[in-house]
Amino acid sequence: MTINTLPRTAADGSPMPEESSRRSRVLTLPHSPKVVIGLVMLSIFVVLAIIGTWAAPYSPNAVHVATWVRHVLVPNTGGSTGIPAQYYPLPLPPSSSHLLGTTVFAQDVLSQLLASTGATLFVGLLAAAIATVLSVIVGVTAGYLGGGADEGLSLLSNVFLAIPGFPLLIVLADYVPSAGTSILLVATIIAVTTWAYSARVLRAQTLSLRNRDFVEAARISGEGRLRIIVVEILPNLVPIVAASFLFTTLAAIGSYVAIAFLGLAGSPTSSPAGLWNWGEMLREATAQSAVRGGWWWWWVPPGLCIALLGTSLALLNFGIDEFINPRLRVAGLSRRAAKRAGIGVRPSFGVTPVVRRKAKPGGEVTAP
Amino acid sequence: MRLLLRRLGFYAVAAWVAITFSFLLPRVVPGDPVAAAIIRAETSGTCNAACVHAIELQLGFNVHTSLWTQYLQYWGNLFHGNLGWSWSENAPVGGLIVSYLPWTIGLLAVSLTLAFVIGTLVGVLMAWRRGSWVEWVMPAAAFFQAIPYFFLALVLVLIFGQTGTMLKWFPSLFGYDIYGVNPGLNLSYIFSILDHAVLPALTLVLASMAGFILTMRNNMLTTMDEDFVLVARAKGLPGRRVVTYAARNALLPVVSNFMIALSLVVAGQILVEIVFNYPGIGFHLYQALTVLDYNLVQGIFVVITLVVLLMNLLADVVYVLIDPRARHAG
Repeated sequence: MTINTLPRTAADGSPMPEESSRRSRVLTLPHSPKVVIGLVMLSIFVVLAIIGTWAAPYSPNAVHVATWVRHVLVPNTGGSTGIPAQYYPLPLPPSSSHLLGTTVFAQDVLSQLLASTGATLFVGLLAAAIATVLSVIVGVTAGYLGGGADEGLSLLSNVFLAIPGFPLLIVLADYVPSAGTSILLVATIIAVTTWAYSARVLRAQTLSLRNRDFVEAARISGEGRLRIIVVEILPNLVPIVAASFLFTTLAAIGSYVAIAFLGLAGSPTSSPAGLWNWGEMLREATAQSAVRGGWWWWWVPPGLCIALLGTSLALLNFGIDEFINPRLRVAGLSRRAAKRAGIGVRPSFGVTPVVRRKAKPGGEVTAP
Repeated sequence: MRLLLRRLGFYAVAAWVAITFSFLLPRVVPGDPVAAAIIRAETSGTCNAACVHAIELQLGFNVHTSLWTQYLQYWGNLFHGNLGWSWSENAPVGGLIVSYLPWTIGLLAVSLTLAFVIGTLVGVLMAWRRGSWVEWVMPAAAFFQAIPYFFLALVLVLIFGQTGTMLKWFPSLFGYDIYGVNPGLNLSYIFSILDHAVLPALTLVLASMAGFILTMRNNMLTTMDEDFVLVARAKGLPGRRVVTYAARNALLPVVSNFMIALSLVVAGQILVEIVFNYPGIGFHLYQALTVLDYNLVQGIFVVITLVVLLMNLLADVVYVLIDPRARHAG
């Protein structure tokens, strides 16, 4: 979800493209390569999250004494310090027994990576779920009730938007030292700092829906407030709720790995023990100067995993954006597809080539 | 004018919420973290009895006055610029933050401006040349939007940084060469600052540009279907002129939603400063966290919030300047 595409659609009063709303009220995504690739990538991560711990070749905490071959001196020991010299094993590059090499603690990187997938994804999804519920409650209530309730709730969400979320998250996580030990706790803290934007978008959309004829009709026929909201309004908000859910998941995963990177989400070796996650892997690697040591196999994989998981969510979001705002969909039209559809012109200003209708009999020349 | 006054009132409310929050938090969480922080200060050796007492007053620990009295005192101190005492640096928090701020504001201003200008231009280009190869910027932008700031920073250090292992082009630690140059108004100091800002700024620009690109592209595509653009074309204006007309209008929502973009960039800035040990406010926030110097943590939180609110107010002023409708409404 990119900034402000949604309120705009709300303003021109067409929350769903006609054709799709006629077909079904459920979200049907355009079959664009972006969406397909996003879905495939996300499914891979979901599968890894489920089977991760089981599929890992070793335990993420297991120390492989056999690989303690080459050594790194632990800082402030040995030599002139008077403390007996202590050594870390030198991390081993990828090999057949350790596909992604080992860490400075002689632990298997691949196993840590797999074991971390679950917590990273699950915290993201749970935080997004909590934030979405919060934003639907606040946003839809504000938009539907209007008046004083709207003023109050809008002020609340705007204040949460204006106060920078990440410093707030850091301070909160810092005062709750056990945050990292419980998925629910860390997800709740993240949700508190990420719900506000969706609430604002949902409020705007509800505002444009509440005076439509079908809502008016329901009101006149004597339906209760709650029923109107749940049965008449919410189904029309599904695409926007879905977009903000994905967007919030992306933000929540980013927040989680960031506070884990700062050591505020507990580590598997701390007490009480935190959870393995990609941010924690990056924290351990940088704490042991993995960049300077040239041990890329330790910190590049978790970072890439975060980026790819985020990309998959963003690609799916493009799909939903194009669903909500058909003008964006047409933009995806490539010149080749346009030619095939018999429109030889280069798409230009004020002339939106409406390929969908023309090509409908043939079927599949919707926006690629 | 009325619009700006209303916004000003709103930011005052937001500031009040943030400050009250930072007052209440150490007083409502179960005692352990605060107690641990005070023990840490007592045993540090740098903090004498008076200093410990000052910390207790600030955090409301072991204080026997009512919460309301403490709250009034807290505000009184704040109005006198007194944000408490940092035991880890053994200096008043306010003065410390004033010395950190120029680093952060300088880096943030330069990278935010670059990211905004480049991102917006690329977004306009993507909308203008839609359907061509420029569309491939989309997935790339998605990738850069999803990449964590600190990971991108580490990758850039690996490739370009002197503590990395590849090109070793730019320094990747500290705000200037702390061993080689004397701070002051001399050329080598200024050059050192610029040299050290390259990688942090590059990280911030690369990571925050993607959001501006995608937002601007979507706004442009929506605006380009408006009637006034069609009229401009029908009048036979050259394409370039039409684009500027559309772009100026597509820019409005970007400015009015500046708040969200800024929030993300500030988060990135904190992380980037930590990776590069850049002597700004984010790096010192992290340092204060690791030694449990809660006074400094809270002072920094309050100041970051105030700076962000002030920048939002500036964005509102810009909005009023570029949108005649907002100007005449008041």
